[in-house]
Order: sequence, then C-alpha cells, then structure tokens
Amino acid sequence: MKQTTRLAALAAAFTLALTGCGTSSGDDDGDSATGTEAQGGFTAPDIPMADEVGDYEDSLSVLAWPGYAEDGSTDKSVDWVTPFEEETGCQVDVKYFGTSDEAVNLMKTGQYDVVSASGDASLRLIAGGDVAPVNTDLIPNYADVWPFLKDRDWNSVGGQMYGVPHGYGANLLMYNTDVVTPAPTSWSAVFDDASSYSGKVTAYDSPIYIADAALYLMETQPDLGIKDPYALDEDQLAAAVDLLKKQREDIGEYWSDYLKEIQSFKTGDSVVGTTWQVIANLAKDEKAPVEAILPDEGATGWSDTWMVQASTESPNCAYGWMNHIISPEANAAVAEWFGEAPANEKACDLTSKGFCETYHAGDESYAEQIHYWTTPIEECLDGRTDVTCTTYQDWTQAWTEIKG
Amino acid sequence: MLWLGVLYLGSLAALFITSLWTVDAFGGNIERIWNLDNYRDLFTIDVYRTITARTILTAVAVTVIDALLAFPIALYMAKVASPRLQRALVIAVLTPLWASYLVKAYAWRGMFASGGPLDDLGLSPGYGLVATVVTLSYLWLPYMILPMYAGLERLPDSLLEASADLGATTRTTMRRVVLPVLFPAAVAGSIFTFSLTLGDYIAVEIVGGANQMLGNVVYDSFLTGNNLPFAAAVATIPVVVMLAYLGAVRRTGALDSL
Repeated sequence: MKQTTRLAALAAAFTLALTGCGTSSGDDDGDSATGTEAQGGFTAPDIPMADEVGDYEDSLSVLAWPGYAEDGSTDKSVDWVTPFEEETGCQVDVKYFGTSDEAVNLMKTGQYDVVSASGDASLRLIAGGDVAPVNTDLIPNYADVWPFLKDRDWNSVGGQMYGVPHGYGANLLMYNTDVVTPAPTSWSAVFDDASSYSGKVTAYDSPIYIADAALYLMETQPDLGIKDPYALDEDQLAAAVDLLKKQREDIGEYWSDYLKEIQSFKTGDSVVGTTWQVIANLAKDEKAPVEAILPDEGATGWSDTWMVQASTESPNCAYGWMNHIISPEANAAVAEWFGEAPANEKACDLTSKGFCETYHAGDESYAEQIHYWTTPIEECLDGRTDVTCTTYQDWTQAWTEIKG
Repeated sequence: MLWLGVLYLGSLAALFITSLWTVDAFGGNIERIWNLDNYRDLFTIDVYRTITARTILTAVAVTVIDALLAFPIALYMAKVASPRLQRALVIAVLTPLWASYLVKAYAWRGMFASGGPLDDLGLSPGYGLVATVVTLSYLWLPYMILPMYAGLERLPDSLLEASADLGATTRTTMRRVVLPVLFPAAVAGSIFTFSLTLGDYIAVEIVGGANQMLGNVVYDSFLTGNNLPFAAAVATIPVVVMLAYLGAVRRTGALDSL
C-alpha cells in the first residue's frame, strides 16, 4: 500500500513537471496540441475525467472556506457533514483555509480530495493541473443549479466544467454600531474617510483586496478608466496601490484569520472594515455590536466551485460530496450559515422566509453586479488589447509593498 | 556527524539553489531556469530593505532587553539565592518553556487588547512593533537567563571576596570581575534571542498589528504568492545576517571561552 502511494505520488509529480513545461511554453502555441485553450491564453493540462461513480471509499478529505463544511461542532443545529457520512460511509476530514492563495497551495500538496475554490483560485488550479475536469452527468443535483452559474469563465475551460457551482455572495463592510456614526453607506469609510477611525480600520490580508480599492476608484475617479477591478494596467494598479498605501496609515491590523477578525471587533480594536456575512453573524452571536452592509459602490465577491483533486484516491466519495453539497438541503443550510446565495434553485424552498430575496438568489442581473474574485492575468479581462494588464504576481509584490 | 552535515548543510544548499529558480506566473509551478531575478528584486525594491532593517532592529531590541532583564535574575540565582531557592528558581525559569508558544502569544494579545489589563492601567501601546518586542522578549527570556546563570555559577565566590578585600567597590568588582565572565555567556544567550527573533513571524502576526517582518515575507511569498524561489531568496537574508553576527562574535573571542 505504502509503495503504491509513493509510486502514485511520483507519477503525479512527474505529470506535474510535464504539464509545468507545457504551460510555460503556452505562449507560442507550438506544443499545445493536448488540452483545451482557455480565454486567458493558457492551456488546460490534459487530465482524465471520471466516467462513472463506483463504490464509495472510506474517507474524504475536504478543503473548504470556513463555514462550508460544518459537522455540528460549531453549532449543534448546523450540520450537513454527518448526514453525508451516514449516507455514503465516507469519513470526512475537514481543513479550513483563510485565503484563496492558501487553498491553491494546500491543493498542490495533493492531500485534499475536494476544494471549494473561488474564482481567483479555480483557474490557477486548472492551469496548474491540480484539479480534474468534472463529469456533471454523474451529479444528479447539477441539473437544478441556476443556468447562469454554469459554464462561466471561472469554473470551466472551453465548455468543460471543472467543478460544481456552490454559491455566491459579496464582500461586505462591517462596522461597530457604537463607534461608527453615522452608519456608513460607502466604501469611503475605509478609504477616504478612514482617518476618522485611524488605527481601528481593518482589511482583508490578501493581494486580491487590491480589487476592492480598484472598485472604489472605478466610482470615484472615472478618468482612470477602470472597467473591471481585476483588469488593471500599470497606471491603474499604481493608483490602487497609492490608495491602499494611504489606507495603510489607518489600518490597525489586516485579517485573514476569521477568528482574529471576530475577536478584534469584539474588543473594539477594529471598528470598520471588510467582512463576510458569516463573520458578522458569528460576531453578533458573541454580542459584538456590529452591522454588515453592502455599500453603494457595489462590492467584490465570490462565486465558489467545488473541485476535485486530479490525483485523488477517493474519486467516488468526491463525486458523492459534490452531489451532496449542492443538494437542496445541504445547499440551503450552507447558504444560510455562511450568508450567501445558494447555487441550487430548489434550495430556496428550504431556506427561511425571505432569505433568497435578501441575497438576491437567482437574480441574474444582481449577480452580474458583484465583481467576483478572478485571477488577474496579462491578457486584460475587460477586453482591452492595446495594453497588457498586471498579473497576480505583480499584485502579490504590490501587496507586500503596501503593507511596508 | 556526516549525517548532520548532509541534512543540515544539504538543506541550506537546497534553499540557496531553489532561490535561483523561478515560477510560472499562473499555474504556480516551479520552473528550473537559473537566474538572479529574485535577488535583484530583493536589492532593488525598497520595501525589502525596510523590512530587513525592521527585523534586525527588533532582534537587537529584544536581545538588549533580555540581556538587561536576565542579568539581575541570573546574578541573584547564581550568587545570592540559597541552593534550595536556586533549584526552585531554575525550575521557575524553565516552566514557561513547557507552555505552548501560541498560548503565550495569544495571552499577550489579550493583554494588549483595548479594554485588556494593560489598557486599564493606561500602559498598552496597542498592537504594533512595541507589542511585538515585548512579547518576543518575554518568550525568549529563559534562553538568556540560563546561559548567564551557567556562566555566573562558574565564577568562584573567592574571586568576588578577593576583589572586595583588595578594596574594589561593588561597581569595580562588577566591571572588572563579573562582566568579563558574563560576557561570553551573554553572547551565547544573544545568539538564541537574536536568531529566534530574526526568524519569527507568528508573534508579529498576533500582536504586531499591520507590521510585517522577514518571516512574514517568506510565509507570504510561499503561501500567498505561491513563489517558493522568492521565499527561498528572502530566507537567505537571515542566514547571511546570522553568519555576519557569528563572525563578529568570533572576533570578540567570546566563543573560545564557552
């Protein structure tokens, strides 16, 4: 057994090395005969897709955003992992991650079978050969997913789905209702007016947060010509970086650990900053005087996809999980717990009254207004061809500079 | 010995070799193309100089604070306390080392929080570099006390008495008799406190506010940027600093008398 694992790992490493070479020379298109060409100009490595679901294996290791795989240990009534375990016999082992970058890195270790990837991670996982295409015919519940979530830039390549849509939502602005008055309605609370709460402002600790600044600039400085916060040329990136450097002076601390943010808001060390609905819910549970709103400018957000590890040893459990997590029951439970719109149409029949209206679930035009996390690449995502855009690596470097 | 060489120097060599590679921007896989780009970035982009300076200054501050705090404690333990009390004190100094690093760091987070104990006294500097220095000084203090205590214990009482008999004041005895014995011990302790601080990234995450140190850059380049080669290049900075530090220590001759 040990020997086989090692061989498999070796084979996987070898494949990775090969595909690595393939992607690196993707520019000249000379040797991209295998795989499919994507809109980003990269070549998806040729990885086989499952064509049937057999007997379930013993275990499944799940890599998820906090709150996506609850087994009742956080809150007794919040549990959709146990029913899955009882139904399939797959013992679920959950690991939470705090940023998309962490997810990409952990998936590269090959130790996790399925992952809930946001748009800024999914394409990187596909290009890196870390996830396999998903045969949606094997997932009965896929039929009930809103059509506008299928075959999108962030979850498919050339019409081939690489996962199942899970849900979507927006990054919100959270503030301490005792301290921050009047209640903010705009992201200016953390940018131009941040100095009013100097030292108590918080922001998400990831290069992708640069898009939040870009979104704000889109509204406040139209002459910069930003059309898509993930397609920034050098000047636009520089403007966003300047804004964030100014914000840095008023930042108390950055957060990527959701528990740390809850604690900071509870003690009052942070009074205003970006958040997710689930963090606001947990903070309120702990009696922190907070409120979370969707500011006037709109927001960045996520549209998540469950993907399956290319070298998984539990493919059947993985397909079982993907079918379970988008079933109306589980999907409704996750959506309510995490505070996002579910992907399954039928989930809205099971959520509490008014929930799906609040989150505009299924409202396609609303969903289009959220700027979903996407990996910035050289080829501008907004369709401009006269300039090259800055890549995620540029953003990473800029982020280190912003923090100083 | 051979194994030590292979495992220890081998991994350092691997670190250095990795730092000369690069990653493909999108998939994040390592490409084995030799180049010096990582080092060029390191030298030409200001922020890395700032972070290096901040890290070294923090390490120096922690070392100095620990040395000043440890000296009276070590002196009392070695020269004043009764053998019974001595044993009790050694145990007392060692006990904190059994508690988890994280627990202690988070305890300090609670101390510095708004509305926390230090804030009630009006003494909390808030999360930031000062809090980081305090936390790290606390964490590494035993590593300074123990070598100092061991060094002072080797100093025979008769030397102190002889010094007094010859008419030296306490101050002169300290300067001419105790300090020369203490110096190599303090240097040994400083190697611990300095190098441990140089590589730390967790304490600054927890109590450092928005500040980052070299360890965070390594962590971020690896986990966030998915750029192992660059992380390796950054990680060579503390190695170089430490080599320079050890070289300087060797010149003072402190290592010979250990």
